[in-house]
Amino acid sequence: MSAPASLSEPVFPPLAINPELVRGILVGFIQNEVRKVGFERVVLGLSGGVDSSLVATLASQALGPKNVLGVIMPYRLSDPKSRLDALEVVKQLSIEPLEIEISAQVDAYFERFPDADQRRRGNKMARERMTVLYDQSWARQALVIGTSNKTELLLGYGTIYGDMASAINPIGDLYKTQVWQLADAVDVPTAIVQKAPSADLWAGQSDETELGFQYRLIDQLLYYLVERRYSVEELKRQGFDEAFISEIMDRVRENQYKRRLPVIAKLSSRTIDRDFRYPRDWGH
Amino acid sequence: MTDQGRLSVALAQIDPALGDRGRNLERHRQWVKQAAEAGASLLVFPELSLTGYFLKDLVPDSAIQLESKEMRDLAALSTQLDVVLGAVIESPDHRYFNASLYFSRGELLHVHRKVYLPTYGMFDEQRYFAPGDRFRSFATPFGRVGILVCEDIWHLSSAYILSLEGVDMIICPSSSPGRGVTTDERLGTAESYALVCRTYAQFLTMFFLYCNRVGFEDGANFWGGSMVIGPNGDIIAQHQDADEALVLATLDLGDVRRERLANPLLRDERLELTINELRRVSHERTRKPF
Repeated sequence: MSAPASLSEPVFPPLAINPELVRGILVGFIQNEVRKVGFERVVLGLSGGVDSSLVATLASQALGPKNVLGVIMPYRLSDPKSRLDALEVVKQLSIEPLEIEISAQVDAYFERFPDADQRRRGNKMARERMTVLYDQSWARQALVIGTSNKTELLLGYGTIYGDMASAINPIGDLYKTQVWQLADAVDVPTAIVQKAPSADLWAGQSDETELGFQYRLIDQLLYYLVERRYSVEELKRQGFDEAFISEIMDRVRENQYKRRLPVIAKLSSRTIDRDFRYPRDWGH
Repeated sequence: MTDQGRLSVALAQIDPALGDRGRNLERHRQWVKQAAEAGASLLVFPELSLTGYFLKDLVPDSAIQLESKEMRDLAALSTQLDVVLGAVIESPDHRYFNASLYFSRGELLHVHRKVYLPTYGMFDEQRYFAPGDRFRSFATPFGRVGILVCEDIWHLSSAYILSLEGVDMIICPSSSPGRGVTTDERLGTAESYALVCRTYAQFLTMFFLYCNRVGFEDGANFWGGSMVIGPNGDIIAQHQDADEALVLATLDLGDVRRERLANPLLRDERLELTINELRRVSHERTRKPF
Protein backbone atom coordinates (compact mmCIF):
# COMPACT_ATOMS: atom_id res chain seq x y z
CA MET A 1 0.00 0.00 0.00
CA SER A 2 1.38 3.40 -0.93
CA ALA A 3 1.24 5.90 1.89
CA PRO A 4 -1.13 8.78 1.25
CA ALA A 5 -0.05 10.18 4.59
CA SER A 6 -3.38 11.93 4.80
CA LEU A 7 -3.08 12.56 8.49
CA SER A 8 0.51 11.94 9.42
CA GLU A 9 2.23 14.69 7.42
CA PRO A 10 1.69 18.38 8.10
CA VAL A 11 -0.88 20.11 5.91
CA PHE A 12 0.34 22.50 3.20
CA PRO A 13 -0.47 25.75 5.09
CA PRO A 14 -2.43 27.58 2.34
CA LEU A 15 -4.78 24.60 2.08
CA ALA A 16 -5.29 24.24 5.81
CA ILE A 17 -8.92 24.82 6.76
CA ASN A 18 -10.93 25.55 9.84
CA PRO A 19 -13.00 22.36 9.72
CA GLU A 20 -15.78 23.65 11.96
CA LEU A 21 -16.33 26.70 9.73
CA VAL A 22 -16.35 24.57 6.58
CA ARG A 23 -18.58 21.93 8.15
CA GLY A 24 -21.13 24.59 9.12
CA ILE A 25 -21.24 26.02 5.60
CA LEU A 26 -21.56 22.61 3.95
CA VAL A 27 -24.27 21.38 6.33
CA GLY A 28 -26.16 24.62 5.64
CA PHE A 29 -25.61 24.16 1.92
CA ILE A 30 -27.10 20.65 1.96
CA GLN A 31 -30.10 21.68 4.08
CA ASN A 32 -30.78 24.72 1.94
CA GLU A 33 -30.25 23.31 -1.54
CA VAL A 34 -32.14 20.08 -0.79
CA ARG A 35 -35.11 21.51 1.05
CA LYS A 36 -35.78 24.57 -1.03
CA VAL A 37 -36.39 22.45 -4.12
CA GLY A 38 -38.93 20.42 -2.18
CA PHE A 39 -36.87 17.43 -1.05
CA GLU A 40 -36.10 16.05 2.40
CA ARG A 41 -33.88 13.15 1.45
CA VAL A 42 -30.64 12.45 -0.41
CA VAL A 43 -29.15 9.33 -1.94
CA LEU A 44 -25.47 8.72 -2.57
CA GLY A 45 -23.12 5.96 -3.59
CA LEU A 46 -20.97 4.73 -0.71
CA SER A 47 -17.65 3.38 -1.94
CA GLY A 48 -15.95 2.97 1.39
CA GLY A 49 -13.60 5.81 0.43
CA VAL A 50 -13.05 9.10 2.19
CA ASP A 51 -15.04 11.32 -0.21
CA SER A 52 -18.36 9.48 -0.02
CA SER A 53 -17.87 8.78 3.69
CA LEU A 54 -17.42 12.50 4.30
CA VAL A 55 -20.45 13.45 2.21
CA ALA A 56 -22.58 10.83 3.99
CA THR A 57 -21.51 12.30 7.32
CA LEU A 58 -22.31 15.87 6.27
CA ALA A 59 -25.66 14.82 4.79
CA SER A 60 -26.54 12.90 7.91
CA GLN A 61 -25.75 15.94 10.06
CA ALA A 62 -27.74 18.19 7.73
CA LEU A 63 -30.86 16.14 7.18
CA GLY A 64 -30.80 13.46 9.85
CA PRO A 65 -29.63 9.87 9.30
CA LYS A 66 -33.11 8.67 8.34
CA ASN A 67 -33.03 10.95 5.32
CA VAL A 68 -29.78 9.61 3.88
CA LEU A 69 -29.77 6.52 1.69
CA GLY A 70 -26.28 5.07 1.24
CA VAL A 71 -26.09 2.76 -1.74
CA ILE A 72 -23.24 0.26 -1.79
CA MET A 73 -22.66 -1.01 -5.33
CA PRO A 74 -19.76 -3.44 -5.53
CA TYR A 75 -18.61 -5.17 -8.68
CA ARG A 76 -17.35 -8.73 -8.32
CA LEU A 77 -13.72 -7.57 -8.63
CA SER A 78 -14.07 -4.72 -6.12
CA ASP A 79 -11.97 -5.01 -3.01
CA PRO A 80 -14.23 -6.69 -0.38
CA LYS A 81 -12.67 -4.35 2.18
CA SER A 82 -14.38 -1.40 0.43
CA ARG A 83 -17.81 -2.86 1.12
CA LEU A 84 -16.90 -3.45 4.76
CA ASP A 85 -15.66 0.14 5.11
CA ALA A 86 -18.89 1.45 3.57
CA LEU A 87 -20.93 -0.69 5.99
CA GLU A 88 -18.86 0.69 8.85
CA VAL A 89 -19.87 4.22 7.83
CA VAL A 90 -23.53 3.16 7.56
CA LYS A 91 -23.33 1.72 11.05
CA GLN A 92 -21.54 4.70 12.53
CA LEU A 93 -24.01 7.19 11.10
CA SER A 94 -27.16 5.02 11.39
CA ILE A 95 -28.11 5.91 7.82
CA GLU A 96 -30.13 3.57 5.65
CA PRO A 97 -28.06 1.16 3.54
CA LEU A 98 -28.95 -0.44 0.23
CA GLU A 99 -26.68 -3.02 -1.37
CA ILE A 100 -26.90 -3.55 -5.10
CA GLU A 101 -24.21 -5.56 -6.82
CA ILE A 102 -23.69 -4.34 -10.37
CA SER A 103 -21.75 -7.36 -11.68
CA ALA A 104 -24.66 -8.96 -13.57
CA GLN A 105 -25.54 -5.95 -15.70
CA VAL A 106 -21.92 -4.98 -16.35
CA ASP A 107 -20.87 -8.51 -17.28
CA ALA A 108 -23.95 -9.03 -19.47
CA TYR A 109 -22.95 -5.98 -21.49
CA PHE A 110 -19.28 -6.89 -21.85
CA GLU A 111 -20.08 -10.43 -23.00
CA ARG A 112 -20.51 -8.74 -26.37
CA PHE A 113 -17.24 -6.80 -26.00
CA PRO A 114 -14.87 -9.23 -24.30
CA ASP A 115 -11.81 -7.25 -25.41
CA ALA A 116 -12.88 -4.09 -23.59
CA ASP A 117 -10.03 -2.62 -21.60
CA GLN A 118 -9.94 -1.72 -17.90
CA ARG A 119 -10.82 1.92 -18.44
CA ARG A 120 -13.83 1.14 -20.57
CA ARG A 121 -15.08 -1.33 -18.00
CA GLY A 122 -14.44 1.11 -15.17
CA ASN A 123 -16.40 3.86 -16.91
CA LYS A 124 -19.27 1.47 -17.55
CA MET A 125 -19.35 0.53 -13.87
CA ALA A 126 -19.40 4.17 -12.85
CA ARG A 127 -22.33 4.83 -15.19
CA GLU A 128 -24.12 1.68 -14.03
CA ARG A 129 -23.88 3.03 -10.49
CA MET A 130 -25.19 6.37 -11.69
CA THR A 131 -28.32 4.77 -13.17
CA VAL A 132 -28.93 2.97 -9.89
CA LEU A 133 -28.62 6.21 -7.95
CA TYR A 134 -30.96 8.12 -10.28
CA ASP A 135 -33.47 5.28 -10.18
CA GLN A 136 -33.37 5.33 -6.39
CA SER A 137 -33.62 9.12 -6.54
CA TRP A 138 -36.99 8.78 -8.25
CA ALA A 139 -38.15 5.82 -6.16
CA ARG A 140 -37.27 7.48 -2.85
CA GLN A 141 -37.79 11.10 -3.82
CA ALA A 142 -34.22 11.74 -2.78
CA LEU A 143 -31.74 14.09 -4.47
CA VAL A 144 -28.53 12.52 -5.73
CA ILE A 145 -25.70 14.10 -3.79
CA GLY A 146 -22.29 14.15 -5.46
CA THR A 147 -18.95 13.12 -4.00
CA SER A 148 -16.36 14.45 -6.48
CA ASN A 149 -13.71 16.66 -4.90
CA LYS A 150 -12.01 19.64 -6.52
CA THR A 151 -8.80 17.79 -7.31
CA GLU A 152 -10.66 15.07 -9.21
CA LEU A 153 -12.86 17.57 -11.01
CA LEU A 154 -9.88 19.63 -12.11
CA LEU A 155 -7.88 16.61 -13.24
CA GLY A 156 -10.89 15.00 -14.89
CA TYR A 157 -10.22 11.92 -12.79
CA GLY A 158 -13.80 10.71 -12.93
CA THR A 159 -16.36 9.38 -15.36
CA ILE A 160 -18.55 11.91 -17.11
CA TYR A 161 -22.22 11.04 -16.48
CA GLY A 162 -20.93 8.42 -14.07
CA ASP A 163 -19.55 9.34 -10.66
CA MET A 164 -19.45 12.99 -11.79
CA ALA A 165 -23.26 13.07 -12.11
CA SER A 166 -25.24 14.55 -9.22
CA ALA A 167 -27.81 17.19 -8.34
CA ILE A 168 -25.72 18.94 -5.70
CA ASN A 169 -22.13 18.49 -4.63
CA PRO A 170 -20.99 19.72 -1.21
CA ILE A 171 -17.29 18.88 -1.61
CA GLY A 172 -16.56 19.99 -5.19
CA ASP A 173 -14.66 23.06 -3.95
CA LEU A 174 -12.43 21.13 -1.53
CA TYR A 175 -9.10 19.72 -2.65
CA LYS A 176 -8.37 16.12 -1.72
CA THR A 177 -6.01 17.14 1.06
CA GLN A 178 -8.78 19.37 2.45
CA VAL A 179 -11.23 16.47 2.25
CA TRP A 180 -8.82 14.52 4.47
CA GLN A 181 -8.74 17.34 7.03
CA LEU A 182 -12.51 17.72 7.14
CA ALA A 183 -13.15 13.96 7.16
CA ASP A 184 -10.84 13.54 10.12
CA ALA A 185 -12.50 16.40 11.97
CA VAL A 186 -16.02 14.99 11.53
CA ASP A 187 -14.89 11.55 12.70
CA VAL A 188 -14.90 9.58 9.50
CA PRO A 189 -13.20 6.35 10.63
CA THR A 190 -9.44 6.89 10.64
CA ALA A 191 -8.83 3.71 8.64
CA ILE A 192 -10.91 5.22 5.81
CA VAL A 193 -9.18 8.60 5.94
CA GLN A 194 -5.77 6.96 5.94
CA LYS A 195 -6.19 4.31 3.29
CA ALA A 196 -4.75 4.83 -0.17
CA PRO A 197 -7.33 6.57 -2.39
CA SER A 198 -8.70 4.22 -5.02
CA ALA A 199 -11.41 4.26 -7.65
CA ASP A 200 -11.66 0.53 -6.81
CA LEU A 201 -12.34 -0.52 -10.37
CA TRP A 202 -10.14 -3.50 -9.61
CA ALA A 203 -8.56 -4.70 -6.37
CA GLY A 204 -5.35 -2.90 -5.55
CA GLN A 205 -5.97 0.03 -7.87
CA SER A 206 -4.51 3.30 -6.59
CA ASP A 207 -5.39 6.85 -7.65
CA GLU A 208 -1.91 8.09 -6.99
CA THR A 209 -0.27 5.30 -8.99
CA GLU A 210 -2.62 5.96 -11.89
CA LEU A 211 -2.20 9.71 -11.75
CA GLY A 212 1.53 9.29 -11.38
CA PHE A 213 1.76 11.79 -8.54
CA GLN A 214 0.75 12.11 -4.93
CA TYR A 215 -2.35 14.14 -4.09
CA ARG A 216 -0.37 16.25 -1.66
CA LEU A 217 1.92 17.44 -4.42
CA ILE A 218 -0.87 17.78 -6.99
CA ASP A 219 -2.92 19.90 -4.59
CA GLN A 220 0.03 22.19 -3.92
CA LEU A 221 0.50 22.77 -7.62
CA LEU A 222 -3.23 23.25 -8.21
CA TYR A 223 -3.31 25.76 -5.38
CA TYR A 224 -0.72 27.96 -7.07
CA LEU A 225 -2.12 27.34 -10.54
CA VAL A 226 -5.85 27.68 -9.91
CA GLU A 227 -6.26 29.71 -6.72
CA ARG A 228 -3.28 32.03 -7.17
CA ARG A 229 -3.01 32.00 -10.98
CA TYR A 230 0.76 31.59 -11.01
CA SER A 231 2.42 31.52 -14.41
CA VAL A 232 4.54 28.54 -15.46
CA GLU A 233 7.68 30.56 -14.77
CA GLU A 234 6.46 31.40 -11.29
CA LEU A 235 5.56 27.76 -10.66
CA LYS A 236 9.06 26.69 -11.64
CA ARG A 237 10.49 29.25 -9.26
CA GLN A 238 8.31 27.65 -6.55
CA GLY A 239 10.30 24.48 -7.18
CA PHE A 240 7.80 22.46 -9.22
CA ASP A 241 9.22 20.20 -11.89
CA GLU A 242 8.50 21.40 -15.42
CA ALA A 243 7.19 18.03 -16.65
CA PHE A 244 4.90 17.77 -13.64
CA ILE A 245 3.54 21.27 -14.24
CA SER A 246 2.92 20.56 -17.87
CA GLU A 247 1.22 17.22 -17.25
CA ILE A 248 -1.15 18.61 -14.66
CA MET A 249 -1.95 21.69 -16.77
CA ASP A 250 -2.69 19.44 -19.74
CA ARG A 251 -5.04 17.33 -17.67
CA VAL A 252 -6.93 20.36 -16.39
CA ARG A 253 -7.31 21.72 -19.92
CA GLU A 254 -8.13 18.45 -21.65
CA ASN A 255 -10.85 17.62 -19.16
CA GLN A 256 -12.62 20.97 -19.28
CA TYR A 257 -15.41 19.36 -21.33
CA LYS A 258 -16.32 17.11 -18.42
CA ARG A 259 -17.07 20.13 -16.28
CA ARG A 260 -19.49 21.71 -18.75
CA LEU A 261 -22.86 20.99 -20.27
CA PRO A 262 -22.74 19.67 -23.85
CA VAL A 263 -21.84 22.31 -26.41
CA ILE A 264 -24.96 23.56 -28.17
CA ALA A 265 -24.79 24.80 -31.76
CA LYS A 266 -25.89 28.41 -31.62
CA LEU A 267 -28.78 29.43 -33.88
CA SER A 268 -31.24 31.61 -31.99
CA SER A 269 -30.65 34.83 -30.10
CA ARG A 270 -31.17 33.10 -26.75
CA THR A 271 -29.26 29.87 -26.58
CA ILE A 272 -29.43 27.85 -23.38
CA ASP A 273 -26.55 28.69 -21.02
CA ARG A 274 -25.02 31.22 -23.41
CA ASP A 275 -27.53 34.04 -23.48
CA PHE A 276 -30.43 32.30 -21.75
CA ARG A 277 -29.04 32.57 -18.26
CA TYR A 278 -31.12 31.79 -15.22
CA PRO A 279 -30.05 30.77 -11.77
CA ARG A 280 -30.42 27.12 -10.93
CA ASP A 281 -32.31 28.15 -7.77
CA TRP A 282 -34.89 30.09 -9.80
CA GLY A 283 -37.88 30.83 -7.56
CA HIS A 284 -36.55 28.96 -4.54
CA MET B 1 -37.33 55.67 19.54
CA THR B 2 -35.47 58.94 19.26
CA ASP B 3 -36.12 60.20 22.78
CA GLN B 4 -33.17 62.04 24.33
CA GLY B 5 -31.17 61.76 21.12
CA ARG B 6 -31.31 58.01 21.03
CA LEU B 7 -32.19 55.92 18.03
CA SER B 8 -33.19 52.28 18.02
CA VAL B 9 -32.07 50.63 14.80
CA ALA B 10 -32.70 47.13 13.51
CA LEU B 11 -30.93 45.16 10.78
CA ALA B 12 -33.00 42.43 9.17
CA GLN B 13 -30.44 39.76 8.29
CA ILE B 14 -32.74 37.75 6.05
CA ASP B 15 -32.66 35.02 3.38
CA PRO B 16 -34.72 36.30 0.43
CA ALA B 17 -36.31 33.87 -2.03
CA LEU B 18 -34.64 34.16 -5.42
CA GLY B 19 -36.84 35.88 -7.99
CA ASP B 20 -40.02 35.74 -5.88
CA ARG B 21 -41.03 39.33 -5.13
CA GLY B 22 -44.45 38.43 -3.74
CA ARG B 23 -43.09 36.01 -1.17
CA ASN B 24 -40.34 38.43 -0.21
CA LEU B 25 -42.75 41.35 0.25
CA GLU B 26 -44.77 39.20 2.64
CA ARG B 27 -41.59 38.38 4.56
CA HIS B 28 -40.66 42.06 4.67
CA ARG B 29 -44.02 42.77 6.28
CA GLN B 30 -43.30 40.19 8.99
CA TRP B 31 -39.84 41.60 9.71
CA VAL B 32 -41.22 45.15 9.83
CA LYS B 33 -43.80 44.02 12.37
CA GLN B 34 -41.14 42.31 14.44
CA ALA B 35 -38.84 45.34 14.35
CA ALA B 36 -41.68 47.68 15.27
CA GLU B 37 -42.59 45.48 18.22
CA ALA B 38 -38.96 45.58 19.31
CA GLY B 39 -39.20 49.38 19.34
CA ALA B 40 -36.99 50.13 16.34
CA SER B 41 -37.36 53.44 14.50
CA LEU B 42 -35.21 52.41 11.54
CA LEU B 43 -35.07 48.99 9.90
CA VAL B 44 -32.50 48.07 7.25
CA PHE B 45 -32.85 45.14 4.84
CA PRO B 46 -29.96 43.74 2.74
CA GLU B 47 -29.14 44.49 -0.90
CA LEU B 48 -31.84 43.23 -3.31
CA SER B 49 -33.85 42.03 -0.32
CA LEU B 50 -37.03 42.01 -2.40
CA THR B 51 -35.64 39.77 -5.15
CA GLY B 52 -32.56 37.83 -4.12
CA TYR B 53 -29.11 38.43 -5.58
CA PHE B 54 -27.96 36.12 -8.41
CA LEU B 55 -30.95 36.96 -10.60
CA LYS B 56 -29.22 36.84 -13.99
CA ASP B 57 -31.91 36.98 -16.68
CA LEU B 58 -34.58 37.36 -13.99
CA VAL B 59 -33.54 40.99 -13.53
CA PRO B 60 -36.18 42.50 -15.88
CA ASP B 61 -38.92 40.24 -14.48
CA SER B 62 -37.99 41.27 -10.94
CA ALA B 63 -38.00 45.02 -11.59
CA ILE B 64 -40.46 47.61 -10.35
CA GLN B 65 -40.96 51.19 -11.47
CA LEU B 66 -40.84 54.18 -9.14
CA GLU B 67 -44.38 55.17 -10.11
CA SER B 68 -46.25 51.93 -9.53
CA LYS B 69 -48.59 50.06 -7.25
CA GLU B 70 -45.67 47.86 -6.17
CA MET B 71 -43.81 50.95 -4.97
CA ARG B 72 -46.85 52.10 -2.99
CA ASP B 73 -46.96 48.67 -1.33
CA LEU B 74 -43.34 49.11 -0.32
CA ALA B 75 -43.90 52.65 0.96
CA ALA B 76 -46.70 51.31 3.13
CA LEU B 77 -44.13 49.27 5.05
CA SER B 78 -42.82 52.49 6.58
CA THR B 79 -45.86 53.84 8.38
CA GLN B 80 -44.54 52.84 11.81
CA LEU B 81 -40.80 53.04 11.28
CA ASP B 82 -38.33 54.02 8.56
CA VAL B 83 -37.40 51.18 6.21
CA VAL B 84 -34.43 50.66 3.86
CA LEU B 85 -34.83 47.82 1.38
CA GLY B 86 -33.27 46.56 -1.82
CA ALA B 87 -35.05 46.24 -5.16
CA VAL B 88 -34.50 46.23 -8.91
CA ILE B 89 -35.70 49.57 -10.29
CA GLU B 90 -36.60 50.00 -13.93
CA SER B 91 -36.25 53.54 -15.24
CA PRO B 92 -38.76 54.94 -17.75
CA ASP B 93 -36.15 54.35 -20.47
CA HIS B 94 -35.89 50.67 -19.41
CA ARG B 95 -32.58 50.60 -17.67
CA TYR B 96 -32.41 48.34 -14.63
CA PHE B 97 -30.74 49.46 -11.43
CA ASN B 98 -29.63 47.60 -8.33
CA ALA B 99 -31.18 50.09 -5.93
CA SER B 100 -31.63 50.68 -2.24
CA LEU B 101 -34.76 52.62 -1.24
CA TYR B 102 -35.32 54.65 1.92
CA PHE B 103 -38.95 54.94 3.00
CA SER B 104 -40.19 57.16 5.81
CA ARG B 105 -43.73 57.78 7.03
CA GLY B 106 -45.27 56.05 4.07
CA GLU B 107 -43.23 57.97 1.47
CA LEU B 108 -40.17 57.25 -0.63
CA LEU B 109 -37.49 59.57 0.74
CA HIS B 110 -34.40 58.52 -1.22
CA VAL B 111 -33.17 56.13 -3.90
CA HIS B 112 -29.54 55.07 -4.17
CA ARG B 113 -28.67 53.27 -7.37
CA LYS B 114 -25.58 51.13 -6.87
CA VAL B 115 -22.68 52.85 -8.61
CA TYR B 116 -19.97 50.17 -8.53
CA LEU B 117 -21.31 47.00 -10.11
CA PRO B 118 -18.85 44.15 -9.53
CA THR B 119 -18.14 42.26 -12.74
CA TYR B 120 -15.29 39.92 -11.96
CA GLY B 121 -14.77 36.57 -10.28
CA MET B 122 -18.21 35.24 -9.32
CA PHE B 123 -19.93 38.56 -10.09
CA ASP B 124 -21.62 39.65 -13.30
CA GLU B 125 -23.64 42.72 -12.35
CA GLN B 126 -22.74 44.94 -15.29
CA ARG B 127 -24.18 42.37 -17.62
CA TYR B 128 -27.62 42.93 -16.11
CA PHE B 129 -27.64 46.34 -14.39
CA ALA B 130 -27.01 49.95 -15.35
CA PRO B 131 -24.73 51.80 -12.91
CA GLY B 132 -25.92 54.66 -10.73
CA ASP B 133 -24.25 58.01 -11.33
CA ARG B 134 -24.23 59.77 -7.98
CA PHE B 135 -23.62 59.63 -4.24
CA ARG B 136 -26.08 61.86 -2.41
CA SER B 137 -26.99 62.18 1.23
CA PHE B 138 -30.44 63.06 2.50
CA ALA B 139 -32.08 64.32 5.65
CA THR B 140 -33.94 61.86 7.84
CA PRO B 141 -35.70 62.29 11.16
CA PHE B 142 -32.44 61.08 12.76
CA GLY B 143 -29.86 63.17 10.94
CA ARG B 144 -28.12 63.12 7.56
CA VAL B 145 -27.77 59.69 6.03
CA GLY B 146 -26.04 58.24 2.97
CA ILE B 147 -26.55 54.81 1.44
CA LEU B 148 -23.83 52.72 -0.22
CA VAL B 149 -24.70 49.30 -1.61
CA CYS B 150 -22.16 46.51 -1.03
CA GLU B 151 -19.40 47.00 -3.66
CA ASP B 152 -19.83 50.79 -3.38
CA ILE B 153 -17.92 50.69 -0.09
CA TRP B 154 -14.90 49.08 -1.76
CA HIS B 155 -14.24 52.44 -3.40
CA LEU B 156 -12.87 54.92 -0.89
CA SER B 157 -14.23 57.93 -2.74
CA SER B 158 -17.85 56.91 -2.19
CA ALA B 159 -17.74 57.09 1.59
CA TYR B 160 -15.45 60.13 1.41
CA ILE B 161 -17.95 62.08 -0.70
CA LEU B 162 -20.80 61.26 1.66
CA SER B 163 -18.66 62.24 4.61
CA LEU B 164 -18.03 65.69 3.15
CA GLU B 165 -21.75 66.07 2.61
CA GLY B 166 -21.92 65.88 6.37
CA VAL B 167 -23.62 62.57 6.98
CA ASP B 168 -24.00 61.20 10.49
CA MET B 169 -24.53 57.69 9.29
CA ILE B 170 -23.81 55.45 6.33
CA ILE B 171 -26.16 52.56 5.69
CA CYS B 172 -24.69 49.70 3.69
CA PRO B 173 -27.11 47.00 2.52
CA SER B 174 -25.15 44.06 1.17
CA SER B 175 -25.40 40.62 -0.45
CA SER B 176 -21.89 39.42 0.14
CA PRO B 177 -21.15 35.78 -0.70
CA GLY B 178 -18.75 34.09 1.69
CA ARG B 179 -15.43 32.83 0.40
CA GLY B 180 -11.87 32.40 1.52
CA VAL B 181 -11.62 29.39 3.82
CA THR B 182 -8.46 29.23 5.90
CA THR B 183 -7.74 28.16 9.44
CA ASP B 184 -9.28 31.43 10.66
CA GLU B 185 -12.48 31.38 12.63
CA ARG B 186 -14.28 33.45 10.00
CA LEU B 187 -14.35 33.60 6.21
CA GLY B 188 -11.95 35.96 4.47
CA THR B 189 -14.85 38.09 3.26
CA ALA B 190 -16.19 38.53 6.80
CA GLU B 191 -12.79 39.72 8.02
CA SER B 192 -12.42 42.17 5.13
CA TYR B 193 -15.85 43.71 5.55
CA ALA B 194 -15.41 44.16 9.28
CA LEU B 195 -12.11 45.92 8.61
CA VAL B 196 -13.56 48.23 5.93
CA CYS B 197 -16.74 49.14 7.82
CA ARG B 198 -14.94 49.86 11.06
CA THR B 199 -12.29 51.87 9.25
CA TYR B 200 -14.92 54.07 7.61
CA ALA B 201 -16.77 54.60 10.87
CA GLN B 202 -13.58 55.62 12.65
CA PHE B 203 -11.96 57.66 9.86
CA LEU B 204 -15.15 59.49 8.99
CA THR B 205 -16.44 59.62 12.58
CA MET B 206 -19.94 58.44 11.82
CA PHE B 207 -22.29 55.57 12.51
CA PHE B 208 -22.08 52.71 10.05
CA LEU B 209 -24.87 50.17 9.59
CA TYR B 210 -23.89 47.07 7.62
CA CYS B 211 -26.72 44.66 6.80
CA ASN B 212 -25.72 41.50 4.95
CA ARG B 213 -28.03 38.69 3.91
CA VAL B 214 -27.82 34.98 4.67
CA GLY B 215 -28.82 31.78 2.86
CA PHE B 216 -27.58 30.09 -0.30
CA GLU B 217 -28.07 30.79 -4.00
CA ASP B 218 -26.76 28.32 -6.56
CA GLY B 219 -24.33 26.98 -3.99
CA ALA B 220 -22.95 30.36 -2.89
CA ASN B 221 -23.39 31.11 0.80
CA PHE B 222 -24.07 34.55 2.23
CA TRP B 223 -22.28 34.99 5.52
CA GLY B 224 -24.47 37.45 7.44
CA GLY B 225 -22.35 39.13 10.09
CA SER B 226 -24.51 42.29 10.07
CA MET B 227 -23.14 44.97 12.34
CA VAL B 228 -23.76 48.38 13.85
CA ILE B 229 -20.62 50.44 14.35
CA GLY B 230 -20.19 53.61 16.35
CA PRO B 231 -18.31 56.76 15.26
CA ASN B 232 -15.23 55.64 17.18
CA GLY B 233 -15.03 52.41 15.18
CA ASP B 234 -16.33 50.15 17.93
CA ILE B 235 -18.86 47.49 17.06
CA ILE B 236 -22.04 48.25 19.01
CA ALA B 237 -23.92 45.16 17.91
CA GLN B 238 -23.23 42.30 15.56
CA HIS B 239 -24.76 38.99 14.62
CA GLN B 240 -21.74 36.87 13.72
CA ASP B 241 -23.64 33.84 12.53
CA ALA B 242 -25.06 33.17 9.09
CA ASP B 243 -28.66 32.60 10.16
CA GLU B 244 -31.67 34.88 9.89
CA ALA B 245 -31.69 37.41 12.70
CA LEU B 246 -32.90 40.83 13.71
CA VAL B 247 -29.90 42.78 14.97
CA LEU B 248 -30.97 45.48 17.40
CA ALA B 249 -28.96 48.41 18.70
CA THR B 250 -29.60 51.70 20.39
CA LEU B 251 -27.49 54.57 19.11
CA ASP B 252 -26.65 57.61 21.17
CA LEU B 253 -26.76 60.17 18.36
CA GLY B 254 -24.66 62.59 20.43
CA ASP B 255 -21.70 60.22 19.94
CA VAL B 256 -21.03 61.79 16.52
CA ARG B 257 -20.61 65.27 18.00
CA ARG B 258 -18.47 64.01 20.87
CA GLU B 259 -16.26 61.93 18.57
CA ARG B 260 -15.74 64.89 16.24
CA LEU B 261 -14.76 67.09 19.16
CA ALA B 262 -12.21 64.54 20.26
CA ASN B 263 -11.03 63.79 16.71
CA PRO B 264 -11.82 66.76 14.46
CA LEU B 265 -10.78 64.90 11.32
CA LEU B 266 -13.72 66.19 9.34
CA ARG B 267 -13.01 69.81 10.37
CA ASP B 268 -9.44 69.47 9.15
CA GLU B 269 -10.30 67.82 5.87
CA ARG B 270 -9.03 69.88 2.88
CA LEU B 271 -11.77 69.64 0.28
CA GLU B 272 -10.32 72.29 -2.06
CA LEU B 273 -6.88 70.73 -1.90
CA THR B 274 -8.35 67.30 -2.66
CA ILE B 275 -10.34 68.63 -5.61
CA ASN B 276 -7.33 70.49 -7.00
CA GLU B 277 -5.08 67.49 -6.72
CA LEU B 278 -7.65 65.17 -8.28
CA ARG B 279 -8.16 67.65 -11.11
CA ARG B 280 -4.42 67.69 -11.69
CA VAL B 281 -4.25 63.88 -11.68
CA SER B 282 -7.14 63.69 -14.11
CA HIS B 283 -5.54 66.30 -16.35
CA GLU B 284 -2.20 64.50 -16.38
CA ARG B 285 -3.84 61.16 -17.10
CA THR B 286 -5.68 62.49 -20.13
CA ARG B 287 -2.48 64.10 -21.46
CA LYS B 288 -0.59 60.81 -21.62
CA PRO B 289 0.26 60.03 -25.24
CA PHE B 290 -0.96 56.41 -25.01
